[in-house]
Amino acid sequence: MASASLMIPSFLRDLQASQGGINRTFAESGKKLVIVQLSGGNDGLNTVVPYKNDIYYSSRSNLSIKENDVFKLTDELGFNPGMEKFKELYDNGNLSIINSVGYPNPDRSHFRAMDIWQSGSGSEEYIDTGWLGRYLDSECEGCANSHHAIEVSDSLSLALKGEKRNGIAVQDPGRFFYTSAENFFSDVGKIYKEGNHPDEHNVEYLYKTVVEAMSSAEYVYKTSKIYESRQSYPNGEFGKHLKTIAELIISGIDTSVFYVSLGGFDTHANQKGRQENLLKQMSDGLYAFTEDLKKNDRLNDTLIFTFSEFGRRVAQNASNGTDHGTANNVFLIGGNITKPGFYNSAPNLADLDNGDLNYQLDLRDIYATLLNKWLGADDSAVLGGSFNKLNII
Amino acid sequence: MDLSENRRKLKHLYSRAGFGAYITDIKEAEGQGVTYAVDRIFKDSFDYSEIKINHGAADIKNYRAERKNMSKEERQKLLKVSRQNIAKLNTTWIEKMAFDNSQLRERMTFFWHDHFACRNILSVYNQNQNNTLRRHALGSFREMVHAIAKDPAMIFFLNNLQNKKQSYNENFARELLELFTIGIGNYTEDDIKNAARAFTGWSIDLDGNYKFRRVQHDFGTKKFMGKSGDFNGDDIIDIILDDKRTAVHITSKIYSYFVNENIHMDKVNQLAEGFYNTDYDISALMKSIFTSDWFYNKENIASRVKSPVDLLAGIMRQFKVKFKNHLAMIGIQRALGQIVFNPPNVGGWVSGKKWIDSSSIMFRMKLPEIIFKSSDIEFDFKDEPLEDMTGEFQMEMSAADKRLYRQVKTSIDLTGYYNEFSNTDNEKLINGIAGFIIAPEINEKHRTLVYKYCDSSSTENMIESSILNLISLPEYQMC
Repeated sequence: MASASLMIPSFLRDLQASQGGINRTFAESGKKLVIVQLSGGNDGLNTVVPYKNDIYYSSRSNLSIKENDVFKLTDELGFNPGMEKFKELYDNGNLSIINSVGYPNPDRSHFRAMDIWQSGSGSEEYIDTGWLGRYLDSECEGCANSHHAIEVSDSLSLALKGEKRNGIAVQDPGRFFYTSAENFFSDVGKIYKEGNHPDEHNVEYLYKTVVEAMSSAEYVYKTSKIYESRQSYPNGEFGKHLKTIAELIISGIDTSVFYVSLGGFDTHANQKGRQENLLKQMSDGLYAFTEDLKKNDRLNDTLIFTFSEFGRRVAQNASNGTDHGTANNVFLIGGNITKPGFYNSAPNLADLDNGDLNYQLDLRDIYATLLNKWLGADDSAVLGGSFNKLNII
Repeated sequence: MDLSENRRKLKHLYSRAGFGAYITDIKEAEGQGVTYAVDRIFKDSFDYSEIKINHGAADIKNYRAERKNMSKEERQKLLKVSRQNIAKLNTTWIEKMAFDNSQLRERMTFFWHDHFACRNILSVYNQNQNNTLRRHALGSFREMVHAIAKDPAMIFFLNNLQNKKQSYNENFARELLELFTIGIGNYTEDDIKNAARAFTGWSIDLDGNYKFRRVQHDFGTKKFMGKSGDFNGDDIIDIILDDKRTAVHITSKIYSYFVNENIHMDKVNQLAEGFYNTDYDISALMKSIFTSDWFYNKENIASRVKSPVDLLAGIMRQFKVKFKNHLAMIGIQRALGQIVFNPPNVGGWVSGKKWIDSSSIMFRMKLPEIIFKSSDIEFDFKDEPLEDMTGEFQMEMSAADKRLYRQVKTSIDLTGYYNEFSNTDNEKLINGIAGFIIAPEINEKHRTLVYKYCDSSSTENMIESSILNLISLPEYQMC
């Protein structure tokens, strides 16, 4: 089989030339960051299970996972039974687990907590831009289009909205392209392209966004056609979205950030089967994704980061579920992880704050690491302050 | 009198003081002028009706107290009914914005809903808070702040139930200073701590009404903004409002929302002086804005990006659009990212350009067609958890819910436009209609484009398709 990557550059060069010169320095490094948002608050303790911990078993009489059922990683921690494929990533040195990530004065509302994670703010400030949007502001100032950060969705999350620049939401490259290419809309774009620029700066901004949307839609759609993945992904939306991202990356798209969500983690009742299912979707999906990239020599340039807006309380509730909690584990997956395995120790279940885990690492330490060490960006400009960077990538 | 100049001003006034105008509203006022219209708008908003729906099984007074005596199934059912009720409140309010005479009051209520942004899982509390905001919307800002501090939904939302002398919770005190009144930079962290002490014991009774709980209240001396005494919450509010900087902060926010995001500080200071001297009379402030000459200056016209609710309620009002499937109104709000009764956080919604990105602009331009042609919304709603105060139940949208949110079925009444334009020749038609419905100027290129996609098979089709194409232009996103 001819390697798809060999065929791409010429196609792309034409495509990029027709875009009127995309900022080449932007994605020059070719590094890709894929953010996976687990919406609803994933229960971290049943994801990475402390299978030797008595407090864990006594706090969760019906909900704890038995030692025999976990995929053992160390002599105290193991994966949820749904995460067989993650075990493989772990064994291959492609996965790093960071425990107890959070922030001071944690908020237990889905909305607020998600706000904090997406904006990269402290819990007592309200910022209406996202950390990845501000990354575009700072590193992509001259970019002509908005496809440098793509969310696979129909609407754009706060995370990808900056002060001056935004990412783009594309659920289905074909549908987005055909809508934007409807005659009426392309004629609207033409009005602007032909030099008819409105005086009012907000109207000008609207037209600019329309034209950008159309050209990004065309670029993303055409790029998505270059490489068709033969990898088999798990059924369902999440697998489909990951496949879309893999196809775009392997096609050589000029995008450095991808964003995708998997929802349903708000497991207040009957958690066990539901969470296992979701974790299986995540684990199988991301495994297929890494396999797809590996076969095409792209895994070394790709880093996947998974997070959820909060973890859940240590003790289970009366409905065989768990309620909203605080700090949680996050995963980094890729071909270039310098410190695979566990980055830090397991959460201390004997030292709780009102029944919730204390955080060890600030989420902005993780963001600073991703921005600085992976994307080569000025992390303090993006985060509005200096945060610790981890030796992990 | 210059009719087209008057028309331009009236269009501006109605889009800012309300949610836009049906053609006959503008026709009726344009011979009389702006002052007449302003008086009319205030008069129409003097009387108003509250929002009242039937809360059914969720018609309870204090969920926190009553849930203890309920089975899990009963609680689950109650929350489900409450969620449906909140959807009903949402669409009832959107229709009120679109069809009610008292449109200034609805516009102000919406502004205050964004200002005192709050969420609650119990529909009754949402309804009550909304009516409290409506009652004070054009009255005294001082009274409104006192009322909102005793509002059950707010007391829940900003954790004042947990604010006791044994253990303080600063959430309400912080937002009161930072967002609701004087604004950041005008107080210290110590002021927040002392204000929180003053609000200890501001709680709810078993009937769901505000109750001052003496045993939880800290009666000690508080030092607050240079003053010292045994202050309670009302004292704190009065001290904040006696500070002129509060008038300046609120006036800037009103100026930014109603006039222009680029704030003209001299004008704000002048308005704030009046606001302060009338002891925070909201009507007087709004009247001085709408009757000023500068409100109608070129730089303020068409300078504002419509929020999703402005856009939806505006289309409904300008073209008398009724939704047969009410949930579609929520589907549109969801797709555009602004759902009433569901602000993102206590800071309220974003504004201006922040609403616009590559995906939202395409959906906004497509929306008129979806509404005019009753076509389904092609949109995959994100799987977002719905907030559950007690953290007891998982409440996510089902696939069936999502289908309902996507089904758009409407009726539209363009009679006013047919009457006005049935004898207008095609050359003048598009500019003529634009004069009533689009804020920015339309030039020859727009006209040619709109005309190209018009359906000239009948006069009515020609008028309808002109409207549809005009409001599909990016210019329609502005008001």
